[in-house]
Amino acid sequence: MEPAEIFPHSGGVIGVSWLMIALPLLGAAILLLGGRRTDRWGHFLGVAMSLASFVVGVLTFVELLGLGEEQRRRVVELFEFIPGMVNMGLLVDPLSISFVLLITGVGSLIHIYSIGYMSHDPGRRRFFAYLNLFVAAMLLLVLADNYVGMFIGWEGVGLASYLLIGFWQHKPSAATAAQKAFIVNRVGDFGLLVAMFLIWTTFGSFAYGPVLGAAGDANVPATAIGLLLLLGACGKSAQLPLQSWLLDAMEGPTPVSALIHAATMVTAGVYLIVRSGAFFQAAPTAQLVVTIVGVATLLAGAIIGTAKDDIKKALAGSTMSQIGYMVLAAGLGPIGYAFAIAHLITHGFFKASMFLGAGSVMHAMNDEVDMRKYGGLASVMKVTWATFGLGYLAIIGFPLLSGYWTKDGIIEAAMEHSPILGWLAVIGAGLTGFYMSRVFFMTFHGKRRWAEDAHPHESPAVMTWPLILLSIGSVFGGAFLIVGNRFMTFLSPAVGAPEEPLGFHPFSVPGITTLVLVAIGAGYAWTKYGRSEVPAVAPRGSFLTTFARRDLYGDALNESLFMRPGQWLTRLAVFFDNRGVDGLVNGLAAGIGGSSGRLRRIQTGFARSYALSMLFGAAVVAGALLLVGNL
Amino acid sequence: MTTHYLVLSALLFSIGAVGVLVRRNAIVVFMCVELMLNACNLAFVTFARQHGNLDGQIIAFFVMVVAAAEVVVGLAIIVTIFRTRRSASVDDANLLKY
Repeated sequence: MEPAEIFPHSGGVIGVSWLMIALPLLGAAILLLGGRRTDRWGHFLGVAMSLASFVVGVLTFVELLGLGEEQRRRVVELFEFIPGMVNMGLLVDPLSISFVLLITGVGSLIHIYSIGYMSHDPGRRRFFAYLNLFVAAMLLLVLADNYVGMFIGWEGVGLASYLLIGFWQHKPSAATAAQKAFIVNRVGDFGLLVAMFLIWTTFGSFAYGPVLGAAGDANVPATAIGLLLLLGACGKSAQLPLQSWLLDAMEGPTPVSALIHAATMVTAGVYLIVRSGAFFQAAPTAQLVVTIVGVATLLAGAIIGTAKDDIKKALAGSTMSQIGYMVLAAGLGPIGYAFAIAHLITHGFFKASMFLGAGSVMHAMNDEVDMRKYGGLASVMKVTWATFGLGYLAIIGFPLLSGYWTKDGIIEAAMEHSPILGWLAVIGAGLTGFYMSRVFFMTFHGKRRWAEDAHPHESPAVMTWPLILLSIGSVFGGAFLIVGNRFMTFLSPAVGAPEEPLGFHPFSVPGITTLVLVAIGAGYAWTKYGRSEVPAVAPRGSFLTTFARRDLYGDALNESLFMRPGQWLTRLAVFFDNRGVDGLVNGLAAGIGGSSGRLRRIQTGFARSYALSMLFGAAVVAGALLLVGNL
Repeated sequence: MTTHYLVLSALLFSIGAVGVLVRRNAIVVFMCVELMLNACNLAFVTFARQHGNLDGQIIAFFVMVVAAAEVVVGLAIIVTIFRTRRSASVDDANLLKY
């Protein structure tokens, strides 16, 4: 089934859907321009703006549901942005509204959580301003009806991500991590920009309607556009080979890691691939590359996750891995789109819940992040333990919880497409079972390995309630979306649907194998980290452990391939500048200076020698005159 | 007739020029300069007589006025230098150099 037609729309709640973007943007502007005067109530304004955006989102969603299934793609024209080139408008359709609800819903919960988490931070108002800025930019990214608007949002979330990773800029590591994220993302943006140039020269338009409608035509360079869009997606979504920034991005405050670097922004790449699906369907090569990138990243992220002792970095590896699943599904075409977005939504719930849980643990343990210093926290932090546990069960795909439905769907779809991809995804699921169990057992079970001055306590209600709501989503979200193909039917007008939707086979061979592998992984993690003693200092481990601890040598590779040659280039340029350019200029000056120094020795101060030279000169002039006169 | 005056004028000028170059005493150098000026005057007057007009004689008066002014200023400088340095040698007054 092809995607439905796009209809212009005015009036109703959909007509004012721009409020969703405008409100958080206004909040950010007030908080940033108002300065210290807004310190006392700034966080409440931030939360209120995010919640208001959520309310508008829900009303828009309800109004959209009221329309016929084929009528659910509405464009709201706003203004002429670049005359003759870009008319800015918002595309409200099942795909964008799914994102809107995730961003504003999870975003609002994380706003509320941050009131408690950041309560002792002197920069709390600034933090909420950036969070609001992020929400506005992310909503523009998913709601814009053209590539230019999407790109503005894309860069906006990049800016917010940079500002929030480096929020504690007094820490050099945070400042460096922020710059790293920004620079790596520039590589991806280069791909996205060139893709947009190609789109403009090919179609003469940036709007999704005409561009995607004609993406399948014969003369369209769909493979090139697809691969360049994938490069952009890789940068934003931390997929191989542009994954290196995500682990360092954990330097930001934990709510940021939960909202931006787990639940929403890093999934923008998946949105881009699904939204531009028409290009990928017209280019099987690009599709193949997308699936390969997805599988490689889901395995790489899982392997990194198995070896990290920093709880946030282990979760970041897991995020990479789960986005790898989404990219894999998005590369499969219409059969995978619904699973990709469904997994994205459920992942938003359970990963946000686990990140916030990790934040709650850090809050209790004096900002300690090393899991080797945790252990046995289940008894003192019951709510955090329960909500984190539900998120953990959801992500490893415990039967009937969220992750089970959506991840199993992706594995089934991949299996349908190519058994190699499918089985690699199954192995990834087994690894997920191991590394998430490792995180869970090391943190909440086993012996207490706390620091002397640690007095863990449960977090305040303003932090636990968001956890509880998110864990409800991570328990029931998957079943709600997948059972009866509900989400696929809802999404199909926006992204199309396969001829025959994939039925759900709970007792298929891959499904059973996945469950067995997950059980083995979890069991191994229990014997190694739950039941037995966890050493306080990480053991040296084998070559493979080091490989995983060093992020699969991704940083080392970047360093030797790009950083060092770049440094040599700058050194060469500096040398050329110092010796070549400066040498020429300085040499000329020195030459003139030296010769004039010699020349002034003629000025001896003896009046009689001046007189002699005058006489001599006069004689020469007289002789010359005589000579000329004679001629 | 004219030739004799011109030869005398050239001789006087040469004596003056050599005196300026070889003598150290500022007073003597000064007198040699006067000698050169007056040699010129002689040549001017000679040519005026030969051409039968007064142009050369007028120029001679100008030269005399300039020479008088020069003597006033120059002698004052020489006396001042002698008072400060106890010397009237032109080679000693060599501070204004590189």
